[in-house]
Amino acid sequence: MDIRAHVSMVFHLDKCIGCHTCSVACKNIWTDRKGTEYMWWNNVETKPGTGYPTQWEDQEKYKGGWALGEDGRIHLRLHDRTNGLSNIFYNPALPTIDDYYEPWTYDYENLFNAPEGDDQPTARAVSMITGKPMDNIEAGPNWDDDLGGSPVYAANDVNLNKLTEEEREQLAEIERVVFFYLPRICNHCLNPGCVAACPAGAIYKRGEDGIVLISQEKCRAWRMCISGCPYKKTYFNWSSGKSEKCILCVPRLESGQPPACFHSCVGRIRYLGVLLYDADMIEKSTSVPDSELVAAQRAMIMDPFDPAIIAAAKQNKISDAMIAAAQNSPVYKFVKKWQIALPLHAEFRTLPMLYYVPPMLPILAKTKDGNYDIEGLDREGLPAMLGSLEKARMPIKYMASLFSAGNVEEVEAAYRKLIAVRIFKRAQKVKDYQQAEVDAALAAGKTNPEEVEAIFRLTSLPTYEERFVVPPLGRESAVEAWENPLERKTEAGFGVRNKIAKRKF
Amino acid sequence: MFDNALFIGFPYVAVTLCIVVSIYRFWFDPYSYSSQSSQFLENRKLFFGSVPWHYGVITILLAHTLALLFPKAWGLFTADQTRLYIVEIIGLAVALMTTFGLTVLFYRRLSDARANSVTSQWDWILLFFLLLQVALGFWVAYYYRWGSDWFLHTAAPWLISLIKLQPNISSVAALPFLVKFHFLNGFVIILLVPFTRLVHLLVFPLSYLWREHQVVIWNKARH
Repeated sequence: MDIRAHVSMVFHLDKCIGCHTCSVACKNIWTDRKGTEYMWWNNVETKPGTGYPTQWEDQEKYKGGWALGEDGRIHLRLHDRTNGLSNIFYNPALPTIDDYYEPWTYDYENLFNAPEGDDQPTARAVSMITGKPMDNIEAGPNWDDDLGGSPVYAANDVNLNKLTEEEREQLAEIERVVFFYLPRICNHCLNPGCVAACPAGAIYKRGEDGIVLISQEKCRAWRMCISGCPYKKTYFNWSSGKSEKCILCVPRLESGQPPACFHSCVGRIRYLGVLLYDADMIEKSTSVPDSELVAAQRAMIMDPFDPAIIAAAKQNKISDAMIAAAQNSPVYKFVKKWQIALPLHAEFRTLPMLYYVPPMLPILAKTKDGNYDIEGLDREGLPAMLGSLEKARMPIKYMASLFSAGNVEEVEAAYRKLIAVRIFKRAQKVKDYQQAEVDAALAAGKTNPEEVEAIFRLTSLPTYEERFVVPPLGRESAVEAWENPLERKTEAGFGVRNKIAKRKF
Repeated sequence: MFDNALFIGFPYVAVTLCIVVSIYRFWFDPYSYSSQSSQFLENRKLFFGSVPWHYGVITILLAHTLALLFPKAWGLFTADQTRLYIVEIIGLAVALMTTFGLTVLFYRRLSDARANSVTSQWDWILLFFLLLQVALGFWVAYYYRWGSDWFLHTAAPWLISLIKLQPNISSVAALPFLVKFHFLNGFVIILLVPFTRLVHLLVFPLSYLWREHQVVIWNKARH
């Protein structure tokens, strides 16, 4: 047993309103430099949709993550060690800037400086890469937001492949159209594809907290991490020739604050906390069949109250403060205790440490002849509208494709519990359910009133301190004795220790 | 005297600067040690340029080095005329591949606005000298045949005398201008290594073949 601590995350999708405040907070802090304009370390996607970069989930195309080989072991989809070097002159699976978008600005100066003429001067779009006018902009940030251009984008969502033709048509039905938001940052995986794919060994996981970082000084632009990450969360800085990614705002974490995207979240959907896990189980839990992946990943997470686990953690020099943070962790409750938060695309086998509570809304059933099709839904004694998982507007198979590697039972179990919370609280406040219905819902959700109240509390009324349990990392104060952390303040940039020049445009 | 400066003085200066500046840059500016790939901005032309260029130039440099390090074995190998023909034909094919690849890369940086925008002055200087070197090599191979054989009795003794610190240019002094130009330009490229993106060949990530897949760094020693 090798117990380690990991700063982990939960995003509660029912609460996401798709406002992109997280993305903006992140961009303003980290990616407003030349070469990073197109980067969205945090982005919010509309589902169904093809995401960012377009069709990132399609690993036939991008070769990200791991695949289970016939020998029962996992292999990088992108390359084995020899191919990693022989493909170094041309990476066959690299997305290019056109799979994202070409960043642009507008020639505002022309509005002031244009010579007098018969026409109003215009501010033409200008590429931020070439500086040349771009008169035909074909993509931009959140180009397919809220199903915009869905015949092109949403229709090509790879998760829809698992649905029947009828189910797909219903998703796009006029006036009954359905979508939800999927905010994404780096998953800080336990078995990261980017780290394994990097020929230079520039990407690493911090032992103490599991944060995955790219050493800007060791990165040599071999650009394999971009393909290696199945979530496409490493980005290539085309100007500096370095890969960059979400750093989980380490400077903020180290001074006790949650990351900027967490802090600024309007819907308060984000939770941050420590998980204790057994690193010896990584190999085993990544090599099980698809349907068992979620359960295997959950099994790696250890009970921070178990004296044996605490002893093993202390033996590994995990501090008391870190163990206390793990005991207070909201993430532990969502993921392990209540089992309602699931990893995104577990079939990539990277063991992502960002978990999602699947969205329940819209809960209303499919339609039939212009009316809600609720026939036969109350057969388990469950109220029709809220108990209608089988006929949910968003097919359960689609959710399973996203959150449980296709294992429908796993997502269903989470939904049954979430539904129980709804029915229980509605019966309590609105009083329009019979006790028998409530009991049936609790039984179906394999839960009890006590747990339901706890889930309700942490979902609806959590305080700042309950949402973010930031462990005291104290790395800055630890190095202060021999290094001044503020030495390069105001003169250096991300990854740059020398003075840097101001950008030109 | 002039020959001494060009074929003894300059090579020593070039190699010394290459080593010293490379180490200095690695130590004081590790951030700048990068291949500066532009594949992200331009994908298609890069394939037809980068792949033939890199595999071609690696083969050619390998042949140069092998002949230099094992002159006897190389001499015995090319003593047979059939084998000499084969070596020369392969050499010509690889030279064609290299020239083609480099020309595509040159054209790519000229014609593609995106690739052009990440091309520095140093890149143009480097591209120019590389193209010159490949063209010269091609010229030498074409006009002064059987270079894989006479290389052993001209350039090899000279280079080995340089390595042994007992410089002797007698074996190359009488060679035609173009051949000498090829030698000289070779050292210009060695000189350019530490000042350009060519440093990427010094940090070729061979260790990827054996390193652990996952890299974990601890702030404090664990045990």
